[in-house]
Amino acid sequence: MLSAAHLFFAYNTRASQVLSDVSVAVEPRSLVGILGPNGSGKTTLLRLLGGLLHPGRGQVLLDGKPLDRWPRRDLARRIAFVPQETVAPFDFSVLEIVLMGRYPHLGTFALEGPEDLSIGRQALRATGMDAFEDRAFNTLSGGEKQRVVIASALAQTPDLLLLDEPTASLDIGHQLDIQTLLRELNVTRGVTMVLSTHDLNFAAALCRTLVLLRDGRVVAAGPTDQVLSTSTVRALYDVDAEVARHPLAGRLTVTPLSRVSS
Amino acid sequence: MTSIRTRLSTTLLVFGAILVAVIVAAPLVGSTPISLSRALDRSVPLADNVDAQILFVSRMPRILAAAVVGAALAAAGVVFQALLRNPLATPDTLGISSGAALGAMIALTFRLEINVAGLSAIPLASLLGSLGALVTVYALSIARRQGLSTTVLLLSGVTMTAFLSALILFTQYLADFTDTFRAVRWLMGMLDVGGYIPILAVTPILLVASVMLAWLPRPLDLISLGRDAASARGVNVIRAERLALVGGSLATGGAVSIGGPIAFIGLVVPHLVRLLVGSSDHRIVLPASALFGAAFLILCDLIARTVFSPLEIPVGIVTALIGGPFFLWLLLKEHIR
Repeated sequence: MLSAAHLFFAYNTRASQVLSDVSVAVEPRSLVGILGPNGSGKTTLLRLLGGLLHPGRGQVLLDGKPLDRWPRRDLARRIAFVPQETVAPFDFSVLEIVLMGRYPHLGTFALEGPEDLSIGRQALRATGMDAFEDRAFNTLSGGEKQRVVIASALAQTPDLLLLDEPTASLDIGHQLDIQTLLRELNVTRGVTMVLSTHDLNFAAALCRTLVLLRDGRVVAAGPTDQVLSTSTVRALYDVDAEVARHPLAGRLTVTPLSRVSS
Repeated sequence: MTSIRTRLSTTLLVFGAILVAVIVAAPLVGSTPISLSRALDRSVPLADNVDAQILFVSRMPRILAAAVVGAALAAAGVVFQALLRNPLATPDTLGISSGAALGAMIALTFRLEINVAGLSAIPLASLLGSLGALVTVYALSIARRQGLSTTVLLLSGVTMTAFLSALILFTQYLADFTDTFRAVRWLMGMLDVGGYIPILAVTPILLVASVMLAWLPRPLDLISLGRDAASARGVNVIRAERLALVGGSLATGGAVSIGGPIAFIGLVVPHLVRLLVGSSDHRIVLPASALFGAAFLILCDLIARTVFSPLEIPVGIVTALIGGPFFLWLLLKEHIR
């Protein structure tokens, strides 16, 4: 559905390349995790995949058509983006934030009608935030905000959701909530997802496919069970770790043991 | 939550009614009491009808000037606050009014005698000054391929303002005593336009600004959450930001050329309106602020005309004296975070 081939990107001409020769294929209904140390280019890759940045070289194709040939609004009906953090400088209610997701379907002058309202409320129900619709967004906790922004993205009715570190700065309870929510959206609603994260256990629990980035290059990519191993964790983070299947959870878990010099 | 359609029409109706009431009532109040029935009495010729003279020749142009200036400054304030994602932004933040002020100072000090399309030297020069400031800010905004960061815009605005203020002081230093007094008087803001022509002359610019701003409310809602968020929802962010920059600056420049740099309208009115309508949705806040800004400035000018009657004080002093404490009160009550 979405494929990136040989992407190169630098923020300006003098700066070094943030991404070099990165290729990613995202199949329909898949759940792809992008892993890598700080500064490895995860967020940049996500922004390129969402058409928020234009690659210096290479192309991102959605249904075989380059992103820059898609009208912005048509693209927003297919791909939604959830940033790491959303700051609202003015007081918006939760429902107002969610309804902003209807923009690509409405355009500049149309006002939301009953149908948009019901899509917005459905999105709030899907993220478990339906009791909060009249609350001021700025009074919510980090985890609640993240859910509202995901609901706003769902209101775009996209078939691809890009999430930049969706669990950063959340406690383990909220991390689990987001994990459950994303899996459910993927399985029951068929929403394809690409997310970046620092949390290897979160990625191992949720993502079926991983792309490992270091210094803007793909170190390894493929099914989670095959890609996540002691050697790849070492190659990625310079950390010795035990990667083992957890007896209760039944999935791979990563336990960092010691730092190794690169 | 009631639908946006209902809230929008209710808000526009209420704020529109307030403005109409103020426009009708304000010209009847003043140092010389007049009667509306006598002013509208068709049996007396206009030349002999003192009440009609005061109403239509003396007071009405001033009321309309206040309405136009108040609406433009309030709307520009809303736009700049959203564009810069900063609730403290005002129409002055980017240096547009300082550019206008410099133009006016030069026209005053060097006694330029020009007249184009009904605009005399001072409004014309201030308009050119604001356009000069706009061109500078715009050039900065297109200098970067990926669009402009709010930090760069804010810093360039602060720098422009400081630089232009130095030029304004230098111009005043060159001026003689009476010119300096006129200059200081102009900088306080005044709406004594002396007729309809100065308002009509600026109307085309303000109309262009209105058309530009009309595109913006929904994109501004989204841009206030961040450029990526807006872009990912289908907003052409760079185009919307340029429209906001140019439209807001034209509105500011037009307003300042009529009434001078009247303080606080662009800061206080948007916050007050958000509080009154209980929403930050720009589709409601932008038109409501324009309507309320018009009514607010007419009332401030009414106070300026009457409080020390028959003496008049500059309206900019009234807006600052009301606006300053009021804004602090808003901050203390945590209506603004």
